[in-house]
Amino acid sequence: MTRPIIIENARIVDPASGLDAMGALHVENGRIANVATNGGKNLPEGVERIDARGLILAPGLIDMRVFTGEPGHEYRETLATASAAAAAGGVTSFVLMPDALPVIDDGALVDFLIRRAQATASVNVLPAAAITKGLRGEEITEFGLLKEAGAVCYTDGRHSIQSSGLLRAAFSYAANFDMPIVHHLADHGLVGEGVMNEGYFASVLGLKGIPPEAETVPLARDLQLALATGVRYHAAQISTANSVALMAEAKKRSASISCGVSINNLALNENDVGAYRTFFKLSPPLRSEDDRRAMVHGLREGTIDVIHSDHDPQDSEVKRQPFAEASDGATGLETLLAAALRLVHSGEADLMTVLRAMTQRPAEILGLPSGRLTVGAPADFILLDLDYPWQVSEKDMRSRSHNSSFEGARLAGKVMATYVAGAKVFSHG
Amino acid sequence: MAGPSPASAQHDESAQSGMPVFSKRHLLGIAELSPYEILDLLDRAEKMVPVSRQERKTLPTLSGKTQINLFFEPSTRTQGSFEIAGKRLGAQVMNMSVRTSSVTKGETLIDTAATLNAMRPDVIVVRHSASGAVHLLSQKVGCSVINAGDGAHEHPTQALLDALTIRRHKGRLNGLTVAICGDIANSRVARSNLLLLGALQIRTRVIAPKTLLPRGIENMATEVFTDMREGLAGADVVMMLRLQHERAAGRMIPSVREYYRFYGLDEEKLAFAKPDAIVMHPGPMNRGVEIDPAIADGPRSVITDQVEMGVAVRMAVLDALLQDRNEQTP
Repeated sequence: MTRPIIIENARIVDPASGLDAMGALHVENGRIANVATNGGKNLPEGVERIDARGLILAPGLIDMRVFTGEPGHEYRETLATASAAAAAGGVTSFVLMPDALPVIDDGALVDFLIRRAQATASVNVLPAAAITKGLRGEEITEFGLLKEAGAVCYTDGRHSIQSSGLLRAAFSYAANFDMPIVHHLADHGLVGEGVMNEGYFASVLGLKGIPPEAETVPLARDLQLALATGVRYHAAQISTANSVALMAEAKKRSASISCGVSINNLALNENDVGAYRTFFKLSPPLRSEDDRRAMVHGLREGTIDVIHSDHDPQDSEVKRQPFAEASDGATGLETLLAAALRLVHSGEADLMTVLRAMTQRPAEILGLPSGRLTVGAPADFILLDLDYPWQVSEKDMRSRSHNSSFEGARLAGKVMATYVAGAKVFSHG
Repeated sequence: MAGPSPASAQHDESAQSGMPVFSKRHLLGIAELSPYEILDLLDRAEKMVPVSRQERKTLPTLSGKTQINLFFEPSTRTQGSFEIAGKRLGAQVMNMSVRTSSVTKGETLIDTAATLNAMRPDVIVVRHSASGAVHLLSQKVGCSVINAGDGAHEHPTQALLDALTIRRHKGRLNGLTVAICGDIANSRVARSNLLLLGALQIRTRVIAPKTLLPRGIENMATEVFTDMREGLAGADVVMMLRLQHERAAGRMIPSVREYYRFYGLDEEKLAFAKPDAIVMHPGPMNRGVEIDPAIADGPRSVITDQVEMGVAVRMAVLDALLQDRNEQTP
């Protein structure tokens, strides 16, 4: 068990309580013992004090969408390297997608991952279990046993289930166990051979387009099924303006419906593909600037609940390919927060809104005690220098793969220290 | 616009006064060329036409140079045209046809690029089924690269030979209306032609059913028609595209016979174009799918001239990329 500490002289920002004030945080037994904004009158003597020198103290981030290569593709990423990247990015918990070899569709595998993470990872690894066996979209997995083993939600990761009947059954059955279903949206027939956002830029590059309906058609179906079954439904990641409108409408009718957006779709657009740059080949694809703005608007309005990294390490063998033949995905754990702060620095969204989408909301959706700075909560928090300027460079990255969609980008805002259960797992410099 | 349009400057004296140095190292697409570079290449090609009509069809300009034709997609005519062009300039030409399964395509591309580069060629001519593949390969080699067609992206020498053919038949480019008809969505020929004609401020139209039009085409400085008669009205040039009917039938169009009825070039539809309109096709043709055989082989067809101009254009491009670079480096 870690020693008690007091972090003082910090700007404490906690979306869950709405707190934004100078103060001190008292940590004991890995949990938050006190949040003091009254000049430290109630803080005990004789406890180690750390001067935050005015840095922001915020809850550690909860990243709802992370892929690694463990088990099966450890050369891309392990739980250890992913968690080192997470700690450096201020992410204290991440949801691990079931897309592994073997697929995480069995209680024993969830149990393995939890043990493996305890042995090797410095942050909290929260395994998600597959909705369907082998991610094949044919038969549902053992939801109850997977929950007992410690899975935090059900998702088919980067796969999208095509059968409406199967989804209806999965939603109904998941509702029994009061567990969230997280679903990636891609209609195979509408995606077709598409590899980037459909439109002028794809046409100029001679690349086949993915129309927005490839997302909105399955989203509309999912929302109707979610309302009918009462499941806790989370649309994994939306990318089009029409999806925001569909979500806003559905959320008026149910509080158990939510959605996320990848940082890529918030901070980048289709122009970034440039001359066939495969690090910007993503699913969903980077959309138009109008769509990106709709994402920001949806975030501000609360229609979009969660920002995640969609961290997806891929090696150069599958990325240095002609665009259409390259794999989807980009790493993002280390740049998630700083890239999101772009919205704050540009005035598109305020700090509390951006942090809420990476702390309080994911915690609420997943039913976690973390993601907030309240007494008794796990002492998972970060110290953040809001304006620290830095340039993303693959040689500084802790992730084992170097397919960052922000390579070379100049960002402002860096995590100076990360604490998990009161223990420092990262410090800058 | 205050100054003369680039197209009106096409017959200036630069053709007589010796060629300026061509500054590009690769020819990856028309998009990277300025209007003046396009006209420069056309003028260079014009001078190459007589070479192929001589009894001894050779120039020594590329002697001692090595040209590799790297074709990941089979193409008899383009590969043959590049081979003849290189040989007429005295280059050593090696043909490599790489058969690929779709799974290993990209792997083969990068690996092959590194292997060929080690053999120190002066130019690699590349055709690949994936858009952007030639661009990627050009980053991995130390020699000039010519795009001989990449996916649905670009086919720059085809657009140049088309422009040269039009200019020789019409005596000019500016003031003409060029109608491009067929599978625009999947055609690199259409893209390169729209870029080239657009750069020279020449009026273009595209004609196709909506399923064969790419999104955003209306922003590519062209007029869009789904009715062939309307699209052909008053056109000086009718450019037909090959329909990949094995792929399109049942998905993008219901059948070949319906396509031919509404988008095939027959006498009745051609009558809407100008009486002296010429008919072009990049080949290989599907007679009876996109074009009536009688028109393809008739007096208004300039299709075989296109093949001849293809050799001249490729000689000019090889010459411009290779010879002038050497003159630059002492």
